[in-house]
Amino acid sequence: MITKKDVQYIAALARIHMSPDKLQGLTKNLADIVGYVEQLQKLDLKNVKPTSHAVPLTNALRQDTVKPSLSNEKALSIAPQTRGGCFQVPLVIE
Amino acid sequence: MTHKNMSQAFETVIGLEVHLQLSTKTKIFCGCANMFGSAPNTNVCPVCLGLPGTLPVLNHQTLLYAIKVGLALNAHINPFIKFDRKNYYYPDLPKGYQISQYDFPVAKDGFVMIKTDKGPKRIGIKRAHLEEDAGKLMHDNTDNCSLVDYNRTGTPLIEIVTQPDLRSAGESYDYLNTLKLMLQYLGVSDCDMEKGSLRCDANVSIRPAESTSFGTKTELKNMNSFRAVKSALEYEVGRHKQVILSGGKIVQETLLWDDQKSVTVAMRSKEQAHDYRYFPDPDLVPFTVDYKVLDQVRAELPELPGVKLERFIKQYGLNEYDAGVLVMDQAAANFFESCCESYNQPKKIANWLNGAMLKEMNERKVGISELGLTSVNLIELIKSVEDGVLSHLAGKEVLTLMLDSGKSAGQIIQQQSLAQVSDDAVLMAIVDEIIQQNPTAVEQIKQGKFAAAGFLVGQAMKKSGGKANPKKLNELITRRISHA
Repeated sequence: MITKKDVQYIAALARIHMSPDKLQGLTKNLADIVGYVEQLQKLDLKNVKPTSHAVPLTNALRQDTVKPSLSNEKALSIAPQTRGGCFQVPLVIE
Repeated sequence: MTHKNMSQAFETVIGLEVHLQLSTKTKIFCGCANMFGSAPNTNVCPVCLGLPGTLPVLNHQTLLYAIKVGLALNAHINPFIKFDRKNYYYPDLPKGYQISQYDFPVAKDGFVMIKTDKGPKRIGIKRAHLEEDAGKLMHDNTDNCSLVDYNRTGTPLIEIVTQPDLRSAGESYDYLNTLKLMLQYLGVSDCDMEKGSLRCDANVSIRPAESTSFGTKTELKNMNSFRAVKSALEYEVGRHKQVILSGGKIVQETLLWDDQKSVTVAMRSKEQAHDYRYFPDPDLVPFTVDYKVLDQVRAELPELPGVKLERFIKQYGLNEYDAGVLVMDQAAANFFESCCESYNQPKKIANWLNGAMLKEMNERKVGISELGLTSVNLIELIKSVEDGVLSHLAGKEVLTLMLDSGKSAGQIIQQQSLAQVSDDAVLMAIVDEIIQQNPTAVEQIKQGKFAAAGFLVGQAMKKSGGKANPKKLNELITRRISHA
């Protein structure tokens, strides 16, 4: 069963800010989704090989050949804050 | 119970994780250059910046390198390989997850043999898997911000994890050196710890000697050299003992090694407790490795250090020390063999390589190939010494001049007139002079005190400017005096 605590924990891991009034509704939604998928637990899968990919393809590889990279300006153009050619973020270590 | 008894009653258990950057031309999942030392954020593209809508594609070379490492680790190569997402939120990881491998790594269940005082020991390898490196963070405490350079993001890494088979800091140190040498032989990485190409984390715990269950472990990070790994482990084992002996409990945590203060300190990261939530990466299809690929990679495996050492001892009759020093440097070992091909004096060649040549390499801070010397050049020099044209000391001087000028031994001997004088007429003139000047020594020799002959040889050498052939001098002096 999905609880409010689970939702808060997952939101914290994903750094999603969630207002308390949304918590109730999201918990119900998530519980419904997980409950729906839980139907699969009833199946007998003893002789079924685990699927690791939905597409029946293997060995999609590329050669070790250098392709042009973005310019520094272009790479940083999507950043809210930059400094000295770097992406600037809030201090992550005290 | 005395303290000594208590400390003997513990067994140390260590497991190591080595991260190795592979020296491919491009990153693991995109075509950006895999290069160290570029200006920040210049080897980046939408894929390694983790922009929405982009798709990673595995670099074939990284898979071949990982298989190569796996085979050298005597490991089982998985016929079915897949990639998984390891989720954590940190600015060095733009996607919010690292592409790594969870349940189907490239290689598993291998081993590395190390030498110990009690003979060879087998260190189990749990797994070796491919993953992408994270970016580099620089912190500015005064301005309350961190700066991110994503050039390193997506650099191919292979992570090599041991079983908890190591029983001391010293064993761990030996394992790391053995592993590094092997990886250097494979040519898959420059293995440069200063550049971060090779990094090591350690898990350590202690338990009562008779116990088979594990004690609580701590994880050590931030060791920038193998020596630092050893020091950090020694410190941490001591700390564990102290905590347990004083009735305390070890807390499972990640600690950083402070090399300056020589202590481990708790990590002060704002990061939450780890909950990686691994799941298969839907952006990458699985990979299969068949026997053809295995055979191809196996054929490319070089002779590994352990095998080479045994062969050098057997084939060339070298002692273990000489063979060991040569094998420590793959290029020097190859140079040694090409010298032996045309001059069948392995011991003499080894002495030159491990002595004068090694000294020159250390002083010039270069490898043997950068010395610019061919095996033919070195053999010419060694032969000049063996034939008595040069004294051993002069030989070393000629080597220095050869490396400075790029000239051959013969050219330098001629130019510098360094050749030993063996001409009887020239030497006899010197000998006569010395005999005249030192009547006391001559008298002693006549009375049977042959040690005095050494004194006269020394005087004659000085007179000749160090160029006289000492053996010849000794002969001439003895003959002159006995015939006088």
